[in-house]
Amino acid sequence: MFVLKRLLFVILVVWSASTITFFIPRISDINPIRERFAELARLGGFSAGELEKIVESYSKAFGLDKPLMQQYFDYIGGVMTLDFGVSLNKFPKTVLMLIAESLPWTIGLILVTTILSFVIGNLVGALAAWPLSPKWVRGISTSFILFQGVPPVLLAILLIFFVAFKLNILPIAGAYSIGTIPDFTFEFILDVLRHQILPGIALIFGSLGTWVLSMRGMGITIQGEDYVVFAEHKGLSSYTIFKDYYLRNALLPQVTAFALALGNVITSAIVVETIFGLPGLGFVLITAIRSNDFLVIYGIVLFITITVAVLMALVELLYPLLDPRVRQGQE
Amino acid sequence: MINYLKRNVSLTIGLGLLIFLILFTVHGLLTIEFKQAYPLAVRPKQPPSLKYLFGTDFFGRDLYTAMVVGVWQTAIIGLLAGAAGTIIGIVLGFISAYFSGLVDVLIKFICQILTPIPAFLIQVVIASSIDKRDVTIITMAIVVFLLSWMAPTLVIRSQVLSMRERQFVAVAKLSGMNSLEIIFKEIFPNLLPFIAAAFVAQVFQAVFASFYLAVIGLGPLREPLLGNTIWAAQSQSAFFNGWWWWPVGPSLAMILILGSLAMINMGLDEMANPRIRNKE
Repeated sequence: MFVLKRLLFVILVVWSASTITFFIPRISDINPIRERFAELARLGGFSAGELEKIVESYSKAFGLDKPLMQQYFDYIGGVMTLDFGVSLNKFPKTVLMLIAESLPWTIGLILVTTILSFVIGNLVGALAAWPLSPKWVRGISTSFILFQGVPPVLLAILLIFFVAFKLNILPIAGAYSIGTIPDFTFEFILDVLRHQILPGIALIFGSLGTWVLSMRGMGITIQGEDYVVFAEHKGLSSYTIFKDYYLRNALLPQVTAFALALGNVITSAIVVETIFGLPGLGFVLITAIRSNDFLVIYGIVLFITITVAVLMALVELLYPLLDPRVRQGQE
Repeated sequence: MINYLKRNVSLTIGLGLLIFLILFTVHGLLTIEFKQAYPLAVRPKQPPSLKYLFGTDFFGRDLYTAMVVGVWQTAIIGLLAGAAGTIIGIVLGFISAYFSGLVDVLIKFICQILTPIPAFLIQVVIASSIDKRDVTIITMAIVVFLLSWMAPTLVIRSQVLSMRERQFVAVAKLSGMNSLEIIFKEIFPNLLPFIAAAFVAQVFQAVFASFYLAVIGLGPLREPLLGNTIWAAQSQSAFFNGWWWWPVGPSLAMILILGSLAMINMGLDEMANPRIRNKE
């Protein structure tokens, strides 16, 4: 029952997102096909009179001449089977192919940075509120909150400036050195990793502040709770109290917050990718924006929305494993 | 007042930064020539010097002038979208909580469905559907606002719900006040700290979102909005060419803006929920 409810919610979210992405472009009077060919016409090749004919025939090929509702149902059907159409710019390639090519880069970056920033952020936040941690630890941990106001993108630019530009120890941009051939050799992998350090640091520290802040708040609330006082009186070591009584209880709401933050995490990762010129989803998106490749823009948007909705549902399904109280409530 | 500010450090620092930014912008707006924030006004590619405080860019814009105008435009977007989002949030939150029933279920459901959709991506769809020549500061504010009213709606709703059950509302009802009087005379004044916090959070979100949109090239390309300047610098490979001052200046300005808003927000949170206060 619980699972079914979550599934229905995911479907509703995806449906409303695809409805929005379907209707918004149609309210505006931009015709993606005319935009694309007008651009080609400006570069020379055919006259403006031919343009309308070409646009008309292509509109037919893309099904844009059908009644609106028919188009809408086709579109929703396509989304449900992950068929987002073809790229206007790199024509024979479908949107899904473009996504599949770039996805490994983005997933690698997001996975590592999200886990690290969640773990580090929560530990630091817990230490900032833990009454037994030394004063200097608390001071340093609390100052991490300042990172909250610095989005990863700005951190990325400053890192490029100081580390890559001034000190010149890490590359400014790109996924691997110019001139190397992508191959699964040891040197190439090392080269790729070297290029991922700065984007990684930017993303980790850019999202750290939020975790530190909320974990600190949670920790302060828990300190006064009776079970913590009881554990102290029982004579448990402060390490046990910290780990089992304090951290574990404070972490539960953080897991929910984590699910809610997924959208922001992916957004930030995408924009950071474009700053570093990494060939991930962000790069495909920005290229599509530059060349008015509308189906690719909408496809990426929907793909990410689906991913976020599914991941959020998964986190909620896993939640009972972490919190026995929820588990009993369901049975 | 002063005593309170001494205790609430983050609010003090945030307000201090904000006042500094306002002074910087007002002083700038009174002294600059607006023309210099647009292309072909000054010698291009000059590093920071006494003549060009923050240098000039590839297109011949004075980056100091561009920063003053950019901060000003950022403020317009933030305040417009923030105010609009907060007002819609207050209205919907009140309607939802006070009248309850089907309306409440519907408003809450819509908010819950829209919340998991990454707002930024929908903003990308909207912004890319607008003809690039038509994008202005005002359309940016509208695009940002369209998907940012859910959070304040839910916050105000839950606060009104809890306040409705308090005793002073019951007393007011018994003393013969009608719904409107209760809303405006009893509940609203008590909500002000929450509304202030929601407003600052909205402004933060709006500034953040418009900045991200501009950085990936969906801003009003002619304007020297801070994100646009960074986008332009990135597309001309500023770092590879050694023009480091081009993207770094606007980044620092943006950090100051977002930092001050985040600090004020934290300070207001502390004011509204005394529970977060660290007992040292």
